[in-house]
Amino acid sequence: MPLLAFVLAVGLMLLIVIVVVYAERKVAAFMQDRVGPTEAGPHGTLQPLLDVLKLLQKEDIIPAAADKKLFAIAPIMIFAAVFAGFAVIPLAPTLVPAGIGIGVFYLLAIISLDVVGLLMAGWGSNNKYAMLGAMRSVAQIVSYEIPAGLAILSVVMICQSLDFQEISYQQGVLINYFPGLEYELNWLFGIEALGINTTYVGGFFTWNIFRAPVMLVAFVIYFIASLAECNRAPFDIPEAESELVAGFHVEYSGFRFATFFLAEYAMMVLVCLVAVILFLGSWNTPLPNFGPLALANLTTGNPGGITGIFWGAFWLISKTLVLLFLQLWARWTYPRLRVDQLMHLCWKVLTPAALAVVLVAGVWRLLMV
Amino acid sequence: MLFYIFAALAVLSAGYLVLTRNLLYAGFSLLVTLLSLAGIYVLLFADFVAVLQLMVYVGGVLVLILFGIMLSSRVHDDSVLSKSSNKIWGTLVFLFVSTGLCYTILKTNFSLLPWLQAAETDVLGYQKSTVQSIGIKLMTDFVLPFEVASLLLLIALMGAAYIATENQKV
Repeated sequence: MPLLAFVLAVGLMLLIVIVVVYAERKVAAFMQDRVGPTEAGPHGTLQPLLDVLKLLQKEDIIPAAADKKLFAIAPIMIFAAVFAGFAVIPLAPTLVPAGIGIGVFYLLAIISLDVVGLLMAGWGSNNKYAMLGAMRSVAQIVSYEIPAGLAILSVVMICQSLDFQEISYQQGVLINYFPGLEYELNWLFGIEALGINTTYVGGFFTWNIFRAPVMLVAFVIYFIASLAECNRAPFDIPEAESELVAGFHVEYSGFRFATFFLAEYAMMVLVCLVAVILFLGSWNTPLPNFGPLALANLTTGNPGGITGIFWGAFWLISKTLVLLFLQLWARWTYPRLRVDQLMHLCWKVLTPAALAVVLVAGVWRLLMV
Repeated sequence: MLFYIFAALAVLSAGYLVLTRNLLYAGFSLLVTLLSLAGIYVLLFADFVAVLQLMVYVGGVLVLILFGIMLSSRVHDDSVLSKSSNKIWGTLVFLFVSTGLCYTILKTNFSLLPWLQAAETDVLGYQKSTVQSIGIKLMTDFVLPFEVASLLLLIALMGAAYIATENQKV
C-alpha cells in the first residue's frame, strides 16, 4: 500500500504541476484580457508538456566560475526537500504514503531543508543576482515560517494530534473509523453545549474552520504565509525580474532549471494540500447529510474500498485546485511588496495575530471538552 | 543494515567536515552529518528527537552558520578557507580523548547493561509516537527545567533584540 501511495503521489504531483503551469498562463491571460497559449493542442493544453520537452533538450550549462559541485547538487536538494514533504500527505481514507504519528511536525522540518538548497544555488552560481536572490528568499522563508508554524500549531491544539490522517478523519463522517477515535463526537463549532451533533451530518460542518471558527483566521494567516514560503507574488522579491533578473536560478538552464521550476510548483501544490488537510476538511466531502438525503455518505464512498479512495482523492484534489487558483489570482492582482512592507507584514501583523489565534484556540479547546 | 548506512554517512561526512579547509563545504557536510544522525534517531524509536534535530539544527543553526559564512566573506575570497593551526596540541588532545573512549568501550560488558536488555522489548507499545509521553513528562516531572529553559530562551531573544537595535540609548 505505501508503494502504491508513493507512485500515486509522484504521478499526481506531476499531473497537478502540469495543470497549474497551464492554468497559470491561461489565468494570467484572462486577467490581462489576452488569450494565452492557443497553438499547441486544443486550447493550448499541450503547452506545458512542450515547455518541459524544450527545457530537457537544452544544453546543460555550468558557468566556468561557478562552484561546480554545489551548483550541480542544489536543484536536486531543493526538489528532494519538497518531495519528501509529500510522503506524509494522505490522499484518501486508507491511502497515505507514510502515516507517521508526527507528520505535521515532520513536514515543517523537512521543508526547512529547502532553505539549504537555496543557499547552495545562490552561492554556487557565483553571481551577484543569484546570491542576493537566495539571501532574500531564505530570509523571507525563515521569517514566514513563524506565522505559518503558529497557525498550524493552533490546528494541532484543536485536533490534539500531529498525524495528518487523524486530523483528516476528525473532519468528516468517517471520524469513528479511525483507531482511537471510535467514540468521538463532533458538535457544531466544537461546542457540546449548543446541542447540535454534527458527527453524522459531516460535510463542511465538520471541517476545522467550522469545528473552531477561530481556524478561519488561522487559515488566512497560513495562506498568506504559505504564499511567501513558495516565493509567490505578492511576495516574489527573491525573483524580482526588474531588479534581480531572475533571483537564485539566474545561472541555471536546461534540465536543472526544469528541476527548479518543478520544485517551485510542487511547493505550491504542497502548501495548498497542507492548507486543505488542516483547515478545509482534507479528503472529506463538502456536502452534508440532510436528513434522508445522505449526500455526505453518498459522496464519501466505501472507506477502504475503491469508491472511498476515488471520492477522497477527488475532493482533496478539487479543493487543492481551488486554493491554487487563489494563488494565481493573487499573483495577477497584487503588486509586489517592498522588503520593509514584507517584514512589517510578517512581524507586526501576522505573527501577533497568529499568537492571538493560538491563545484563542487553546481556550476553544477547553470549551470543546 | 540501515543503521550501518547512516552510521557510515555520519562518520564520513563528519571526517570531511573536520578535514576540509573550505568553511562552506564544511557547513554542507555538517548537513549530511545531521541528516544521518536524524536517521539513526528514527531507528532508535526517537522520532520526535529526530524531527526536532532537523527543525532546530538543520532549519535553524545550520542556516545561521551558512548565512554567517556567506555574509562575512566575498565570493572566492580567501576568508572562506580556514587555516590549520595548533597541530601538535590538537593531535595530543585527540589521542587523549580517543584513548579514554576506547578504554571505556573495551571495558564495558554490553550484554549486562540493564537499559540494553530493556531495549529488546517493544519500546513504543500501542502508541504511534513518543510525542504523547514526552509531552506528559514535560508537564509533570520536568516542568521546572522546561520552564527555566523557556525563560533562558526568552532572555536570549530579548538580548539579541537589544544588541541588534541601532539606537543604544534606550
